[in-house]
Amino acid sequence: MLKMSNISKVYRTELVETHALRELDLHVEEGEFVAVTGPSGSGKTTFLNIAGLLESPSSGVYELDGEDVSQRNDKHRSRVRNEKIGFIFQSFNLIPDLSLADNVDVPLRYRGWSGQKRRKVIGEMLDLVGLGSRKDYLPSQLSGGQQQRVAIARALAGKPRFLLADEPTGNLDSEMASVVMNLLESINDEGTTIVMVTHDPDLAHRASRNIHILDGRASDLGSTGPANVTPLPERGVARV
Amino acid sequence: MFSYYVRLALASMKRTPVLSALMILALGLGIGAFMTTFTVYYLMSGDPIPHKSGVLYAVQLDNWDPNEPPTESAKDVQPQLTYRDGQNLMNADTPAKRQAQMYATNVVVVPEGDDPPFDESVRATYQTFFDMFDVPFLYGQPWTDLDDEGHASVAILGREMNDQLFNGENSVGRSIRLDDNYFEIVGVIDDWQPMPRFYHSDWSRAFADAEQIFIPFSRAVDGPMGPSGNTNCWKPMDDSLPAIEGFLQSECVWTQFWAELETPEQAAAYKDYLDNYVREQKEIGRFERPLNTFISNVPEWMEVMEVVRNDNRVLTRLSFLFFLVCVLNTVGLLMAKFLGKGGEVALRRAMGASRGAVFSQNLVEVGLIGLLGGLVGTVLAWLGLRAVENLYRGYQHLVQLDPVMLATAVCLATLAAIIAGLYPVWRVSQLPPAGLLKTQ
Repeated sequence: MLKMSNISKVYRTELVETHALRELDLHVEEGEFVAVTGPSGSGKTTFLNIAGLLESPSSGVYELDGEDVSQRNDKHRSRVRNEKIGFIFQSFNLIPDLSLADNVDVPLRYRGWSGQKRRKVIGEMLDLVGLGSRKDYLPSQLSGGQQQRVAIARALAGKPRFLLADEPTGNLDSEMASVVMNLLESINDEGTTIVMVTHDPDLAHRASRNIHILDGRASDLGSTGPANVTPLPERGVARV
Repeated sequence: MFSYYVRLALASMKRTPVLSALMILALGLGIGAFMTTFTVYYLMSGDPIPHKSGVLYAVQLDNWDPNEPPTESAKDVQPQLTYRDGQNLMNADTPAKRQAQMYATNVVVVPEGDDPPFDESVRATYQTFFDMFDVPFLYGQPWTDLDDEGHASVAILGREMNDQLFNGENSVGRSIRLDDNYFEIVGVIDDWQPMPRFYHSDWSRAFADAEQIFIPFSRAVDGPMGPSGNTNCWKPMDDSLPAIEGFLQSECVWTQFWAELETPEQAAAYKDYLDNYVREQKEIGRFERPLNTFISNVPEWMEVMEVVRNDNRVLTRLSFLFFLVCVLNTVGLLMAKFLGKGGEVALRRAMGASRGAVFSQNLVEVGLIGLLGGLVGTVLAWLGLRAVENLYRGYQHLVQLDPVMLATAVCLATLAAIIAGLYPVWRVSQLPPAGLLKTQ
C-alpha cells in the first residue's frame, strides 16, 4: 500500500540545513493500522506530509498503491490525494462558516461527482459518525469530539483506502478520545489502512504495529496490538 | 464548480466583512470618480454625426481687424461669418453639394388656448440644413427652396414642442404663433439631439438642447429677429444706413455657415472657391488681413472650438490615476485577505484541490469583489453625474449613464479587480499546505 525507500527530506535556508528525514524506509501493507510515535522534532510530521503528498521528498522513492508518486506534478498528486488519501488532523481543521454537510462535501467537490451522489454520501458519512441529524449545524455548535467525528466523516467521504491521522485525539478529553479511537478501529476493521501519528502510548498500543521515528529515521517496534502483525522483513526497514 | 466557487466567495466575504467592504468601496470610489469624468469626456468627444462627420465642413473667413495679431490656425479666426459673406456664398454657384447659413434667435411662442406664452430659441436656416444634417422627420418634410426664396412664414417643430403644443398629433398644416406672426407648420422632426450640438459654434452651449423650432433664414431676417448667440464686431456700423440694414451690411459676425463636400477634391475646390471669393472681396476694400480661409470637418471643428477643454482631459487623466491608486490599494487588501486564508487553502489542498483549483476559486472571489465594486462605482458615478448636472447648467446631456457606459464601468471594475487580484491569488495558490495545516 505504502512503500517509502531511502526517503530524505532536507529543509534549507540561507543559514541552516535541517535534515527532517534521513534515508527513511517504511512499508505499510493494505488494511493495517500503524501508529507512528516519536519525540517532537523527530520527523513525524514531515513523514506524514510526504505520505499525504503534501510535500515532496528531497530524495528517495515513495510508492503508493504501486505507483511512484514522489516526483509527480501537482495536478496528479492532488488527484491521488483526493481519491486515495483521507486526512484527520489534531485541530479538526473544519471550515468554520460552512455547515457540517458542506465541510464533508469539500473533498467530494474536487472529485467531480454529481450533486445527488454527493448528497447521498454526505448523509451516509454523517450518519456513520452519529451526526446525521445535525448536517446543517456549524462546527462551532459542536463539541470537540463531535467536530473530530465530522472531520473523520470528511476524511472517509471520498472512500479513501488510506487514512492519515495526525494526533487525532490530541485535543480531546479521554472519553472523547476513546470514542474517536473506537471509530478509527471500526474503520480499520472495514479495510481502510490507517497511519496515525501520536504521542500517546496508550493509543499507540491500540494500533496493530508501531513505528518509532527518531532523528528522521524509522525503526519498527513491532506488533503491539492483537492483530495484523507482520514481522520485520529485514534490518532497517520498518514493516508494519 | 463555478457556482460552488461563487458560494464560497460569498461565504468568504461574509467572514471578513470589513476587509471585503473596504475593497469594494476602494474599487467603487475609483470607478465612480473615473466614470463620472470619463462619461462627460466620452459624450463631449463623441462624434455627433458619425456617418457624415467627414463631409460636413464649417466655414471660416478671416475678415477681422487687420491690427489684431496674425492668424496661425483656424482657432485664431472668428468661428462665424458676416451676414453678407454668408449670403454671398448661399447665392453663389459653389462646388459644395449643399450649404446652409444659420443663426439662433429668440421668440415668444403663444400657444393656442389658455396656456401662457413662453420664450423659445429658434434656429433660422435654409431647407438644406435638414438633408445636410440628416434630421429625421416624424411628420411632413423640410420647407422648399421656394420657401427660402419667398421668405415664407413656415416652421418645423421638434417632437417635444409638437408634444407640448399639439399633444403629439400630426400638426402639419396647422399654425404656430411666434411673437406676433403666424407660421404654418410644414414638418415635425423626430428626436434629434446631436451631441455635441456641433452646428452651433458657441462652445459654451455646445451641449444644450437642439432647437425645437426652425424657420427660414430669410423670413427670420425679415422679422427682424435678431441673433441670440454671440455677435462680434470690430468695425463701427454704417450710420448712413437704417439700423437693421446697417447691421446686416456690417462686418459683425453672427451667422454660422456649413457646407457639405462629398470628396476631398470637392473640398479642395470649395477651399479654392473661398480663397477666390476673399480675393474678390479684397478688391473692394474688405478682408484687410492676409488670406486665411478655413474649412473644418466635424471632428476638426470640435478641435477648433475646443469642445473638449483641456481641463476636462486633465481631470479625466487624474481620475484615472486615482482609480489606479484605488486598484493598488485593493491589491494590498487582497494580499491581506488571501494570505489570511492560508489555513483553508491548505485544508482544501489536502482534500485534493490542485493549485489550479485554488487559483480559480480565489479568482472567482476577486471577480465578485470587482463586480460589486463596479456596481458601487456605477451608483457613485450616477451620483457624481447628478452633481455635475447641478453644478453646470447646459450639461444635462452629458450626465447620462448609457448602457455602454454602465457595462464599461462594471467590466472595468471586474477586470481591474481580477488584474489586481492575480498576484495575491497566485501567491495564495502557491502556499505550501503542509506547514499551514498544523497551525489552522
